[in-house]
Amino acid sequence: MSEPLLEPLRIHLDVEPAPEIDVVRRRGRTFRFLLHRPGLLVAIVIVVLVLLAAFAPGIFTSQNPIVGVPAHKLQPPSRAHIFGTDELGRDLFARVVHGAALSLKATIIAVSVAFVVGGLIGLLAGFVGRWVEDVLMRFVDVLLSIPGLLLSLAVVTALGYGTIKVAIAVGVASVASFARVTRAEVLRVRQAVYVEAARSIGARWYAVLFRHVLPNAIGPALVLATLEFGTAILAVSSLSFLGYGAQPPAPEWGSLISDGRNYLANSWWLSTLPGVVIAAAVLATNRISRALDGEWVKQR
Amino acid sequence: MARYLVRRLLQAVAVLWAAYTISFIVLYLLPSDPVSIMANGGQGEQNSVDPAQLAKLRAEYGFDKPLIVQYVDQLGRALRGDFGRSVQNGQPVTTTIRQALPQTLQLAGFALVLAIVVGGGLAFLATYTRRRWLGEALLALPPVGVSLPSFWVGLMLVELLSFHWRLLPALGNAGFSSLVLPAVTMALPTAAVIAQLLAKSLKRTLAEPYVETARAKGLRPITVHLRHAMRNAVLPTLTVSGMVVGHIFAGSVVVETVFSRNGVGRITATAVDFQDIPVVQGVVVLGALVFVAINLAVDLLYPLLDPRITAIPTTVR
Repeated sequence: MSEPLLEPLRIHLDVEPAPEIDVVRRRGRTFRFLLHRPGLLVAIVIVVLVLLAAFAPGIFTSQNPIVGVPAHKLQPPSRAHIFGTDELGRDLFARVVHGAALSLKATIIAVSVAFVVGGLIGLLAGFVGRWVEDVLMRFVDVLLSIPGLLLSLAVVTALGYGTIKVAIAVGVASVASFARVTRAEVLRVRQAVYVEAARSIGARWYAVLFRHVLPNAIGPALVLATLEFGTAILAVSSLSFLGYGAQPPAPEWGSLISDGRNYLANSWWLSTLPGVVIAAAVLATNRISRALDGEWVKQR
Repeated sequence: MARYLVRRLLQAVAVLWAAYTISFIVLYLLPSDPVSIMANGGQGEQNSVDPAQLAKLRAEYGFDKPLIVQYVDQLGRALRGDFGRSVQNGQPVTTTIRQALPQTLQLAGFALVLAIVVGGGLAFLATYTRRRWLGEALLALPPVGVSLPSFWVGLMLVELLSFHWRLLPALGNAGFSSLVLPAVTMALPTAAVIAQLLAKSLKRTLAEPYVETARAKGLRPITVHLRHAMRNAVLPTLTVSGMVVGHIFAGSVVVETVFSRNGVGRITATAVDFQDIPVVQGVVVLGALVFVAINLAVDLLYPLLDPRITAIPTTVR
């Protein structure tokens, strides 16, 4: 009588420690994955630094980004001002650090607009099909035919200036690619057996859509979103370089570069260093999205 | 073939019409009042303008009519090549753009050639070299190229080559030497994109059996690489050429601002400053036209370049 009872008990004991080993092994795998890719490690560090700068600029600098010391104007990089100072004696490093918040905000808004609007269009087109799909996807084709920057400029013309408006304009320009990616994935998932099963047990269409199709179709759009971060940083800074972003005293990465443009011949650091920061941030996000897109999946 | 041609042409026209409509919706439906901006000479919102004068301007530009009437009116005129008048100086939009176009075409054309030569060359070298480190080092460049803000690259080139070493002029439209820096700036991101796509496609092609056969026949590696592999590897990259050219065209807004060159990009930047809706709309439609025309050309050329595809037009019929 006791024999058969012991059997499952022993199996149970065998299984118990396994998840722990798995966690350790998985952690080791992540560690090894990163160790083999020093570039990716650096990229993660840069993104963390940018996030810190955006949320807690006080960690990096105690200098005021808006009010300068006129006597210290246009000083080259030194121990006291590692990025130098601008024409009003403001510390450039402080301006770059405080600018991270504005630029990050704009980037997040831009990516969210593209992700949500594009994702909904793609989801609807892929899920409903028929003429709805035709209409929506033709619309997306047309959006794709207008070069992104020009579409953004049209939106800026209509909305006016400001960080948030620029961010929306950048997001609108990327709606089309999100719509395409989401639709393709929804079409793939819609064919899956579990969706058919859900339908056949009488699940309502919104349950099928939001509980079965959406969670399984969102992956590629998320990867695209990480890739879009880099693109959006560049697009937002381009528009703020052209003067459509944050208005003067506020520091924004793109407008810092255009401010420094007038002093290019004598004060190289004013345009150069903020540009290096932008390039580093974009490179880092692109590197991370590339890792998410291919390498990590391949490794596992 | 003729039917295919007609169908593709009609499609292209439909896309252009839709692009026009989308730009109309964006520019006219979103909250902005072109008339009050116009009356203030483009200097933002003020309220010191005589309402009667505003009403007169509204009537003059047709802004007092219902939107749908405005749309039909404007579309009708656009079909006849009339995109309205610039809000800044009253000049017809088409004249404004036509005057600036040669400068931009010159710049964009040069940049495109540069991008193809540099991007293609890089992809070729990276896949051709036997030294693995060299190939990897070369392939690490394009991701950097797409990550650099182009306006910053332009400023850095000006700083180094014009101010520091005094090799090339920093600004303006004077001759070929003033074309070099802006063209390099414009070409860089595009060259990076071309290099990425072409290198990927070349790698895939080089793994195909027919390349092995060519090698086994004892052909010189360079012949195999260029004559056998490159020909087929280029085809997939052609499909993005509409996007690439459109991107270069739009890039003129930034590059011409950085280098203070006159051209369509500069006109666009000032038009946005003045909320000059007709000009912005004209440029947006022109951008779509560039994209559509290039795509149409590629679609029509494709069967000539890749004999396998000739089958499509005849079966589609």
